[in-house]
Amino acid sequence: MSFIAPTRSQAPQGLRKILHVNWPLVLLIGAVSSFGFLMLYSVAGGSFSPWARPQMMRFGAGIFIMFFVAFTPIGFWRSITVLVYGGGLALLLAVMFVGDVGMGAQRWIDLGFFNLQPSETMKIAVVMALALYYDWLDPEKVSHLFWVTIPLVIIGIPAALVIVQPDLGTAILIVLSGAVVMFLAGVSLWYFAAALALGGGTIFAVFWSRGTDWQLLKNYQYRRIDTFLDPSLDPLGAGYHITQSKIALGSGGVSGRGFMQGTQSRLNFLPEKHTDFIFTTLAEEFGYVGSTILLVLYALIVIFCAVSAMNNRDRFGALLTSGISATFFFFFAVNMAMVMGLAPVVGVPLPLVSYGGSAMLVLLGAFGLIQSAHIHRPRGH
Amino acid sequence: MIIPSTTAKEKNRGITRRGLMLGGIQVGVFGVLAARMRQLQVTQSDQFRMLAEENRINIRLIPPARGLIFDRNGKPVAENHPNYRIVMIREQAGDAPFVLSELAKIIFLPEERQAKILENMRKHSAFVPVSVAENLEWEDFARVSANAPALPGIITEVGLNRFYPQADDYTHIVGYVGPVSDRDLERIENPDPVLQIPDFQIGKTGIENRREDTLRGTAGTSRIEVNSAGRVMRELSRIDGADGADLQLSIDSDLQHYAQYRLADQSAATVVMDIHSGDIRAMASAPSFDPNMFIFGISTTNWNALLNNEYRPLADKTISGAYPPGSTFKMMVALAALEDGLIEPDEKIFCPGYHDLGNRRFHCWRRGGHGRVNLHESLKYSCDVFYYEISQRVGIEKITAMARRFGFGEKPDLPLPAIAKGLVPTKQWKQDRYGEAWRIGDTLNSAIGQGFVLSSPIQLAVMAARIASGRKVEPRLIQRVNGVPQSLSRAPSLGISEENLNHVRMGMFKVSNENRGTAYSARIAEATMAMAGKTGTSQVRQITTEERAAGVTRNEDLPWDRRDHALFVGFAPYDNPRYAISVVVEHGGSGSGTAAPIARDIMLRALYETQPPLSAFPRAIRSKMREQRANEPPPNVTAPVPRNDRA
Repeated sequence: MSFIAPTRSQAPQGLRKILHVNWPLVLLIGAVSSFGFLMLYSVAGGSFSPWARPQMMRFGAGIFIMFFVAFTPIGFWRSITVLVYGGGLALLLAVMFVGDVGMGAQRWIDLGFFNLQPSETMKIAVVMALALYYDWLDPEKVSHLFWVTIPLVIIGIPAALVIVQPDLGTAILIVLSGAVVMFLAGVSLWYFAAALALGGGTIFAVFWSRGTDWQLLKNYQYRRIDTFLDPSLDPLGAGYHITQSKIALGSGGVSGRGFMQGTQSRLNFLPEKHTDFIFTTLAEEFGYVGSTILLVLYALIVIFCAVSAMNNRDRFGALLTSGISATFFFFFAVNMAMVMGLAPVVGVPLPLVSYGGSAMLVLLGAFGLIQSAHIHRPRGH
Repeated sequence: MIIPSTTAKEKNRGITRRGLMLGGIQVGVFGVLAARMRQLQVTQSDQFRMLAEENRINIRLIPPARGLIFDRNGKPVAENHPNYRIVMIREQAGDAPFVLSELAKIIFLPEERQAKILENMRKHSAFVPVSVAENLEWEDFARVSANAPALPGIITEVGLNRFYPQADDYTHIVGYVGPVSDRDLERIENPDPVLQIPDFQIGKTGIENRREDTLRGTAGTSRIEVNSAGRVMRELSRIDGADGADLQLSIDSDLQHYAQYRLADQSAATVVMDIHSGDIRAMASAPSFDPNMFIFGISTTNWNALLNNEYRPLADKTISGAYPPGSTFKMMVALAALEDGLIEPDEKIFCPGYHDLGNRRFHCWRRGGHGRVNLHESLKYSCDVFYYEISQRVGIEKITAMARRFGFGEKPDLPLPAIAKGLVPTKQWKQDRYGEAWRIGDTLNSAIGQGFVLSSPIQLAVMAARIASGRKVEPRLIQRVNGVPQSLSRAPSLGISEENLNHVRMGMFKVSNENRGTAYSARIAEATMAMAGKTGTSQVRQITTEERAAGVTRNEDLPWDRRDHALFVGFAPYDNPRYAISVVVEHGGSGSGTAAPIARDIMLRALYETQPPLSAFPRAIRSKMREQRANEPPPNVTAPVPRNDRA
């Protein structure tokens, strides 16, 4: 899938790589990010500060990183996968000791110029590690119990470290992305069935442990689940976020109130209006039409990634592309479900749109990996 | 370089199949998200849009400015002063005790006050603003406003506060306002929403209370856009309310101030009334107090001091005091007898100092008796025996009927609370009240204004005005409402023959202006201003036979609350009456010695409308008056505004 027919059996060299970039994907990413700039400009009351300008600068830096990663041969990235994964784990451990506490959770390492959120990098590192593992493993053995246990450990360690931060949303994303790679690699469906059963049991245990000495989640997480199940329990307290979010979304109607005309976000009825709940502002101001357009853009990104993966005969590249696109998919699906009252408020930002440095840079870097896999995919027959 | 593994083809087929399965799941999720979006933004959009409006728009009441009160000359009696205040909304404050302690670093806010505010907030819903400090200095107010971002839930606002520039003088007439209490709200059937404004001031007593509806006005409303923190973003629309109506009183501030000053610290009351219009020129009840201390809620100490004072400063004695009128009631008996032709004006009745009724002896106040007295003399000397005699001829029913025509036993129609009705007894009344038959002795006691008869100073002034004018004059306190004069028709005639009235007036003239008249020493010396009057000394105890035999104890030797009430009623000038006056000094001793001089001084002040010349006073007391005047205070000066002394 390239615009220049792959007449050569070799991957392109030098500046010719520019012609082999998956340009539709770049344009889609730019379009979605532009939605973000508009919304950040709007929620700041028609101002580039404090959010829109830094976000655009990070996007610029992110695009640079993306092309740098894209033009670097995928083989190089495969060769440093173990390093990335190991480094990610080390950072996760480091954040437990030196991390800044934000919003009741230890998530950041202050690097002076930049607050690094190691859990962001970890999502990609897990996908890379699994892609490498299944590229190495004989496909006949993927469903063997021993060879299934190893990827579970690869997923489990970082997920556990993230969950104690505690950052439930990211932990769920790590597990889901890892599961997708395992699924695509062909692990027997029985394992997934067993995992679902186990998950159900865990949920039961989580609720059953509530109120005891060894309760598995923090109280605020339980409350979020409670109010997710019935937001009307506490409309001005814990259920406030969901209620206000739905009001803002719903009041947008079909055509929306118009750019910069949203009242709910501007008047501070919305929490975290520039981060996790930015979709509500978009939906209020651009209405059903605007939110559907964003959904379609996201869908197109996922589709272009999937097509790229299917046409890639390199198993590492294909699994990496699929895994990252799945991460990206879960990202916005969980966020949208959250703000629309379909999922608990777990603190997942809207990818490329929400304000936030780490997420933007890591995500663009990850798209760089997809581009690299695309550009350097094996050609010829 | 990339070397595809040999089995790449087979492996990728697997990925493709699983990829399609994953794609299917993803399509399903997309479908759910799109459906949810449609449900929220299309199907239920109207409902959410309504909720959004509610989020955004708040209706805020704009309290009306309370109507002002002026005296007859336009001098302010009750004003509104800007009040820089701070209120707090618990819901927005988060940690309320912390915010208060932060606030206490900027302004004076003692711990006890903080505790009280917190308690007050607990009593109300979280969104109700509660008053934190009132009447702040501008500097303090500005400091709090500047620090508002650091003080969540703290709101500074400028309200209006009542201020009574004439302090003690109008306390009993105008009353005072105070913050609306829960009890007030319970009493009101359909509370005006404006009463929900924290510490909204409503009239508690006096005209402030009785004309609350006139003075309050109606609240306006302002539709404002707020954010979730309650901060006002902008005003969307505004409906203006109407400020309260201004009232102009009939009272003359200078005379009122003088009357209050003249009564001084005695437990006393006086009313000065225009005999034609009924306008009350002065209406003083002593002792008084400063109503300004009630505006923000009075301290317990001050309240107890007022409550436990045996001179009852809280009561308006001019309307709520009910005293036996004593000899001031004799005009009613005389008129009843004259009108019925039961006595001729020149008929003489012998007073030996007592009157025997069966085996009971009724005494004249003068033990040796007055000898033979006619009607004029009976008033001049205030001979009791004369009235014992003629009351027996007239009977209690006719006396009572006459007294009622002069306003006894009726509540005067004034915008004041707690108006006493007084009492003029009838045979039926006694039967109903005590289950006992009326006895002649009761008639005799009533004839000298003792026994069951009770009247208030305002009723006594009304009586004097009606004697002077011969018309059914009604007292009036409010001349204008919002500048519109209140209709005033000429009072109808009482229907009593002018000749008989003249006899009574002549008798009253002699009281004050002839040698040996009971009020001769308290006369007005200026002939054109001469006052006609009647003294009264009413007992508050029964004088027993033994005591009388041992010699009646002198008033000065009795404890204060056992002494006689001193009364005086009168009108002046005699030739062309303008004002009627009544003075009651509780347990003051005698009408002639205590009440009459007060009445003369106040009446002169009313007639001259300024300090009267010394020539208006009897020669004997001029030097004493000259001395007194040196100590007299200057006319009431508007006091400076008190600030923050009771925040």
